[in-house]
Amino acid sequence: MANASLLSVRDLTVKFPRIEPVRNLSFDVSEGETLAIVGESGSGKSLTALALMRLLPKAAQITSGRIDFSGRDLLKLDDRSIRSLRGKEIAMIFQEPMTSLNPVLTIGRQITESLRLHEGLSAKAARLRAIELLDLVRIPAPHKRIDDYPHQLSGGMRQRVMIAIAVACRPRLLIADEPTTALDVTIQAQVLDLLDRLRRELSMALILITHDLGIVTQWADNVVVMYAGRKVEQALPEALFADPLHPYTRGLLNASPRLKDDYHYTDGPLTEIPGSIVSAIGENGCPFAPRCPIVRSGCRTRVPDLLVPAEDRLVACPVIFAEGERHVAARGL
Amino acid sequence: MSLLAVSDLHTHYAGPSGTLRAVDDVSLTVEDGETVGLVGESGCGKSTLGKTITRLVAPTKGSIVFKQEDITRISERSLRPVRRRLQMIFQDPFGSLNPRQNIRDILTAPLVVHGYGNRAERAKRVEALIDRVGLPRTALSRYPHEFSGGQRQRIGIARALILDPELVVCDEPVSALDLSIQAQILNLLSSMKKDLGLSYLFISHDLSVVRYFTDRVLVMYLGRIVESADNRTLWAQPKHPYTRALMDAVPDPSRRRQAAPISGDLPSPQNIPSGCRFHPRCPLATDICRTVDPALTSFGPTHQVACHHADAA
Amino acid sequence: MSNPDTAERAPVVLNPALAYDRSPPKPDAPTPNEERWSNVHAPDAMRATTASAETGTTSANRALRVFLRNPNAMTGLIFLVLVVAAALLAPVLYPEDPLSMVARPFIWPGTNSTYPLGTDSLGRDVLSGILHGARISLLVGIVATVIGLAVGLIIGSTAGYFGGWVDDVLVKLIEIVQTLPSFILLVVLVAIAQPSVAVVTGAVGIVSWPTVARLVRSEFRAIREKDYVVAARSLGYGHVRIIIREILPNALPPIIVTSSVMVASAILMESALSFMGLGDPNLVSWGSMIGDGRELLRTAWYLTAIPGLAIVFTVLALNLIGDGLNDALNPRFTDER
Repeated sequence: MANASLLSVRDLTVKFPRIEPVRNLSFDVSEGETLAIVGESGSGKSLTALALMRLLPKAAQITSGRIDFSGRDLLKLDDRSIRSLRGKEIAMIFQEPMTSLNPVLTIGRQITESLRLHEGLSAKAARLRAIELLDLVRIPAPHKRIDDYPHQLSGGMRQRVMIAIAVACRPRLLIADEPTTALDVTIQAQVLDLLDRLRRELSMALILITHDLGIVTQWADNVVVMYAGRKVEQALPEALFADPLHPYTRGLLNASPRLKDDYHYTDGPLTEIPGSIVSAIGENGCPFAPRCPIVRSGCRTRVPDLLVPAEDRLVACPVIFAEGERHVAARGL
Repeated sequence: MSLLAVSDLHTHYAGPSGTLRAVDDVSLTVEDGETVGLVGESGCGKSTLGKTITRLVAPTKGSIVFKQEDITRISERSLRPVRRRLQMIFQDPFGSLNPRQNIRDILTAPLVVHGYGNRAERAKRVEALIDRVGLPRTALSRYPHEFSGGQRQRIGIARALILDPELVVCDEPVSALDLSIQAQILNLLSSMKKDLGLSYLFISHDLSVVRYFTDRVLVMYLGRIVESADNRTLWAQPKHPYTRALMDAVPDPSRRRQAAPISGDLPSPQNIPSGCRFHPRCPLATDICRTVDPALTSFGPTHQVACHHADAA
Repeated sequence: MSNPDTAERAPVVLNPALAYDRSPPKPDAPTPNEERWSNVHAPDAMRATTASAETGTTSANRALRVFLRNPNAMTGLIFLVLVVAAALLAPVLYPEDPLSMVARPFIWPGTNSTYPLGTDSLGRDVLSGILHGARISLLVGIVATVIGLAVGLIIGSTAGYFGGWVDDVLVKLIEIVQTLPSFILLVVLVAIAQPSVAVVTGAVGIVSWPTVARLVRSEFRAIREKDYVVAARSLGYGHVRIIIREILPNALPPIIVTSSVMVASAILMESALSFMGLGDPNLVSWGSMIGDGRELLRTAWYLTAIPGLAIVFTVLALNLIGDGLNDALNPRFTDER
């Protein structure tokens, strides 16, 4: 899996007039790899995706960093070149498949639009290709469905259509921003299954942005955990689950009841992370410090560096390696 | 006698393209001090069932007996004393609080409506509740938009509990919250239950949360309960293929890239399949499933399943 | 973040060993109840509230700020304040009846400093007429709007809140009134009764309520489905309480916007009636002044132009205010941070 790097983000900072929702973020995506970016709302994960597509809202500004996509710095490209890249080489799907589809156009129209724009196909060829694509995303009876309007489809089907549009031009990178959050659990499994199959068949890389740690470990090759705009931990999924290092990751894993876990409310309360992500506003040091159970005075003054405790592993917490804290990490997991 | 006994309940809506059978022949009970989980996917009617039980939606057929009183068809006026004992917590912490009222008004109004004490006693009760749900008293003079989702859900809980109810219908109380906040709210609900001797009807789509939080679980599919069992039994031996599919669909860190357990979409409740309503998606479906609607059958003292092939499990 | 509230924050007592212990509490060391549930408290409560207090105060304050920063709305507001001042000061500055003849007729504006806006064909002071006319225009405009709002609110909220057959009946009623051309209805109403200020005001109110009723009905229908209204029902609140306390405050913004435009259209309707001679004959209004000057349009055009401009600017001012209120109260903009 250790292929050449397709996307390389370095020190990306996104700034709004009052806040910096993404701060000094760096990560790499290799060809054909699934990278998961995990975080709760307010972590900056969705803005990161928009920054990669250069689709940030007007008030936002990228104040520093580089985004290298197969040798080109996306931040230096002019609008025209970025438009030709979008949809063709980098595609994106969103959480809410209803609002991302135009309600007054048939799904066929919406799929062929991108094909005709980027690939210059004739109307007839584009339609045939669209039917192929609907078949590829496992929509039953695609030659009939192609003339449906979005409201005639269920949520899961709409998300499949969005995926068909996204992969129409065989992008090398697909960014999926909470692709299954609005879907039911049985449909969610189908959509993730589909995304992973397409990743293999079309040999594209996938950035999976989610708040759900369960999804991450099941489908990702590499995981970036974000908190309040910063990367706090990065690991391979197995390692992340077996031995989460950052207090935030550990807190998240402990706070969620798990299906295979025989822990019941009559046995005692769930372990909480106290407070909320709002407390990170105005922190000079580690953004998690106000909620951290092992916070030290030094944490409040200086942003911790990313340490490399093992191969393929990064964590932004020095305290975890201090005497007497490692056993905490290993307990109860 | 059960605290709540629902039998043969139907809630149908007249839609433009036929009748929508949101709740279609459901019977259930909630005992004193019990937490009953109601699990299902969106559109299965679990939310409508919750709202029908609290009489926010009119039932079409069947009966709802709460504390030995049949409340199925009584007037809104006679319902008022019942509402005091039968409360509801909503999913959306942003939509369930009136944006134009401050927290004190939101919490005081129920006491005024139900004629609780005098002004000073009401203020005392409001302060006791806001303390109990873990918010500072300064919160009382603030407006809902000044709070985060988790804090608003605390306010929603305080409002539901201020009249000292016995049964609280929780409609997806943590689904709209971030993971790190979910545990806080679940712990709050469970400590409240212990302190106040509450019973919950806990509606959720999240099996992991239901597994942790409930004593007994009802699995709902297209308006019907397809499996009912106490918590441990259900997880030890799920018998309905839908229950098993739901469990398998929950992402599991120990499995890598596992195929989806069932295919197909949830059919529309306006067009319920013949026979067993799960048969178009069911891996075990045979001819009988296509024609005969299976009834709930007992498989042990607490376990009931509506499936022709429950034995095969 | 230097708000003193931050300092009040309860200290977070967290034992790291306890915090990450998923196993049930050991039977030999039962945790006291308080400590078990100590984590029920929301330690960030104060911090979150101070954080949002910093980004924006209440929505009403924010709306006011947006409104005051809008140059068009401010222009409208200033002009309206001038009209109100004129109406209030008219009896002080010109205690005499504006219908009395005070000088020779046809003094052109700007030629005589005693009568800056000149005199009309009967030698009545035009400026006095304009000021006194402002009283009638504003009175009719505001009172008629209040009547229209009251009727529209009652009918619209009843229809929207209760729905079902009540809604069907009231919607039919609204439709019947709306299918009649409103100005003809107005003329008929005034012609049946005596043309007095009270009758004109009432009639304008009666023809304008259906617009309000429609708006209120649609707002109520939307808000009725919100969870906080469902919550209010689940708490056993009565219908009147839900309508007045829960729904109405949230339905107000578009109603406020509409009412400023309603005042403007009421002023126009009153002017039109007076122009046609259906106004109160004993009072001067802008419309009656135009009506009187109509015959002399070729020789003394200022007699129609001056009250005409007064109407145009007042109506424009009210519309500018309406637009400003719309921008300030529109929920689309309220969400911006």
